[in-house]
Amino acid sequence: MSSADIYREIILDYYRNPRNFGKLENPDIVKRDSNPLCGDELEMHINIKDNKVADVKYTGKGCAISQASASLLTEMMMGKDFDEVKKLSKEDILENLGLTELGPTRLKCALLSLKVLKYGIYSYLIEKLKDTSSADKIKKEASGLF
Amino acid sequence: MQASILNVEKIRKDFPILQRKVREDKPLVYLDNASTSQKPIQVIDAIRNYYLNQNSNIHRAVYALAEEATSSFEATRDKVAKFVNVKNREEIIFTRGTTEAINLVAYAWGRKNVEKDDIIVTTEYEHHSNIVPWQLLTKEKGAKLEYIGIDDNGELILDQLDKYLETGRVKLVTFSQMSNVLGTITDTNKIIAKCKKAGVKTLIDGAQSVPHMQVDIDNMGCDFFTFSAHKMLGPTGVGILWARKEILEEMPPFHGGGDMIREVHKYETTWNDLPYKFEAGTPNIADVIGFATAIDYLSQLGMLSVREHESQLTKYALEQLSKIDKMKIYGPTDISKRGGVISFNYADIHPHDLASIVDEDGVAIRSGHHCAQVLMERLDVAATSRASFYIYNTEQEVDVLIKALNHAKELFKI
Repeated sequence: MSSADIYREIILDYYRNPRNFGKLENPDIVKRDSNPLCGDELEMHINIKDNKVADVKYTGKGCAISQASASLLTEMMMGKDFDEVKKLSKEDILENLGLTELGPTRLKCALLSLKVLKYGIYSYLIEKLKDTSSADKIKKEASGLF
Repeated sequence: MQASILNVEKIRKDFPILQRKVREDKPLVYLDNASTSQKPIQVIDAIRNYYLNQNSNIHRAVYALAEEATSSFEATRDKVAKFVNVKNREEIIFTRGTTEAINLVAYAWGRKNVEKDDIIVTTEYEHHSNIVPWQLLTKEKGAKLEYIGIDDNGELILDQLDKYLETGRVKLVTFSQMSNVLGTITDTNKIIAKCKKAGVKTLIDGAQSVPHMQVDIDNMGCDFFTFSAHKMLGPTGVGILWARKEILEEMPPFHGGGDMIREVHKYETTWNDLPYKFEAGTPNIADVIGFATAIDYLSQLGMLSVREHESQLTKYALEQLSKIDKMKIYGPTDISKRGGVISFNYADIHPHDLASIVDEDGVAIRSGHHCAQVLMERLDVAATSRASFYIYNTEQEVDVLIKALNHAKELFKI
């Protein structure tokens, strides 16, 4: 993809006007990760109510692609139940950001937020709900993102 | 456009990679020399010649090939010694690179000499390779790691060193002669003078300085000095540790194995003489031999000319970059205090995005933390973009960078 195709209005808008940026006071899920190659950082806070995402916020530093994807992902997951959140895929993110054919390095930027989300949900299922039925699948999915 | 003291047009013909196109049809503008330099055809040929005509293991065998290979390998040691002005050739130790050289000192010298509550002093603008080995050592020993901070100009605040030295617990002060991010040239003489007065040893990371300026180790008066071949036209996988003979003789070995021994018995071993005591195993023979040619190439140009060429280019680049609105440039503004490395941030464009965008115009710059996260924290940025120059770069290439930055400006609507 050329830069002109990558850095379109949608990416710049999410980068400069991030949605759900910040922290939650008593989050049920806190997950943080970074990309050692370029130093992108992301921390996600999620509140769960009735097995649904009641609220979500994120903080982080990084390139436009990584921050825009995090911003967009928080919107995509808001109000969704576990099954729906678990189904969120790499393709969903890329499609919504209008990104196709990203090189391997930039792909990591775009998928950092999804990785954080999957690991967050995985930990929650294991630690809080003692539900191991789908945990392995999520973990595998998350580790396969990079 | 000012003429360079170097015949850059002629130099460029020696670097085949500079003739290639990237991103379909763009000439390569390689501005990541602080990371690694390109290699002239002479160096590539020297390595090829070794494998074609001399390939054999050195130091042991008595046949013709091995004699030739050994003599080429050892000739490099003499060339290195001469290039950085070291009288005793046995003080030159081949390593895999600067990182391994520093780890060698931390392991072999550090474990013997550093005790609980001792202090190792480093600086805020070090590469991770001059921080992490000391973290490992000080944690193991219950010793402390302290930092000399930098001012807003990107220079070391040397008064802070006095404070540490006054404690009487400092065992080593370790610092780079040139910052790989800010380009700042360290006031080496001043630090060494202070340390000598206090009876404290010094280690200099010369990975960024030796490729770009004249370095005279014997007259410098430090105790350890390290640098890498691949940043100075040579191949990857070759580095140098220099240390004074008395220190090396007192140090236990780093790696155990072949070549570093005199006699091996079932339970006891005696060590080989310097420098072999620290060169266990088959070394990187081909690349060490290639390194000799890189030194010849630089010697022929003359390091004073290399420095002058880069200063002129850096001055030009700083002028052009400063003209751009919302451009933040890091490091000293005084050209005599900096090498050919420029770190910058442009408006709210993340360096990663910026490097991707200029890459479309064939420009290779670095983005990220440059293995200096301690410095990034001090500058309060996640990352910077970095352009760094060498003997083959031109003012026209700086212009290509500036034009590419203009594309970024349009895309990000700045």
